[in-house]
Amino acid sequence: MFLDLSYSGSSFCDLVTGRLPFLLTRWDHLHFSPEELGPLAKGTTVLALKYRDGVAIAGDRQATEGTQIATRRIEKVFKADEHSAIAIAGVAGPCLELARLFQTELEHYEKLEGVELSTEGKANKLSQMVKMNFPMALQGLVVIPIFVGYDRRRDEGKIYKYDVTGGRYEEAEYHATGSGGSHARASMKKQHRAEMDEGAAIHSALEALYDAAEEDIGTAGPDFVRGIFPTVKTVTAQGILDVQEDQVRAVCQRIMEARPRSH
Amino acid sequence: MPLPFYVSPEQMMQDKAEYARKGITKGKSIIALAGKQGMLLVAENPSSSLNKISEVYDRIAFAGAGKYSEFENLRKAGIRYADLKGYAYGREDVTAKSLANAYSQTIGNIFSQEMKPLEVEILVVEVGEATAQDEMYRISFDGAIADERGYASIGGQAEELRLYLKEKYEEGTTLEASLKLAVKALEASANQKVRAHNLEVAILDRSHPGRRFRRFTAAELVGLAGDLES
Repeated sequence: MFLDLSYSGSSFCDLVTGRLPFLLTRWDHLHFSPEELGPLAKGTTVLALKYRDGVAIAGDRQATEGTQIATRRIEKVFKADEHSAIAIAGVAGPCLELARLFQTELEHYEKLEGVELSTEGKANKLSQMVKMNFPMALQGLVVIPIFVGYDRRRDEGKIYKYDVTGGRYEEAEYHATGSGGSHARASMKKQHRAEMDEGAAIHSALEALYDAAEEDIGTAGPDFVRGIFPTVKTVTAQGILDVQEDQVRAVCQRIMEARPRSH
Repeated sequence: MPLPFYVSPEQMMQDKAEYARKGITKGKSIIALAGKQGMLLVAENPSSSLNKISEVYDRIAFAGAGKYSEFENLRKAGIRYADLKGYAYGREDVTAKSLANAYSQTIGNIFSQEMKPLEVEILVVEVGEATAQDEMYRISFDGAIADERGYASIGGQAEELRLYLKEKYEEGTTLEASLKLAVKALEASANQKVRAHNLEVAILDRSHPGRRFRRFTAAELVGLAGDLES
């Protein structure tokens, strides 16, 4: 580590790439076969939806290695900064690295420049970072984030989805990705209303994860035995907040009890 | 080719030191005070956008006096250093001590090797769980590093402020009391009233989780310091 007076950029990503490239995963030159990739841990379902005051973002807690469970308690939804969050689906290692790099990138910019990046700016930066991963995605090391932020200049919540090429698409209402993503989307489609309040949004997010867990073996439902519940965060004008586990447990309980017993 | 005039190393260092000191004396001063709530940084600064005080990392802040372009460059280098270290290792591994040492090395090298020394004096402070773990490092234009306790001052009136604070500083005071003391010290050294909109004030808040650095607006300062005019 040294003090570098010659560098002048504000991007942490560029700084690491230039100065300490070994800190970033770079396996473009290697070729994996599907057999080798099988046992890598993969994160499963994450989602986001807009509501009256902002955006809710959520994810289940399971990572799988092929047909095995890699971990039951992985965290896939992260605070990016005071007004935004990122959720990730794909191969766990590169996913967690991307989330951490993105958090540092936003904090670094904010400290150097004295102001937060705009929501649009954050979304674009993330797009470039996903694009950096494209050669690895071609080999199966896929990283797919969802980014949500509260745009204080326009006073509205924003949802951005990405593809492996770094393609960045703004979603108007809701989005879900990962192995149970399509089931979660189908669930939210029936429930989503733009004017829904925070309680309804949290309910809809957890119900969508519940539906995904019922249909997709990679996604875990709420685990009352071990006490493991999905992560939910809200991003509003007041900033980012974790929805407390007690509340998540109670909502999950209600969802479970509302289901017909014969299922 | 004519030979350059011989200047003894001693003379050269003296000239450089005098040059740097002259540059720093022209600038305004900054005070750091350790208190119950955290580490308070107070700077006289008429500009609201060209900052003298800055966040570096979770528990660490930076203050620079002297030539803006030079300490701004040092500030940015410090943030890069801290973020790289925190990313490569862990957030707890970024310490004011290692950052202050890195500054000392860099500034010292520039002083001995470059024609023009840096006209800056900087402070690197870290807030601990309790006042006993607070750290303050003052680094001068030649790279000399000093470990301060409780209070520190840099800039044009650093010496007058140090003498004032030596007499009046008390450990474990409230935020309001620390701010009032800092304002009084600045007023005594400059011999004129200080106004809130000419102050840049920030705190490393001990009780705050995560990033502890927070700035105060002029209105908040008036509310805290009572007799301070906006």
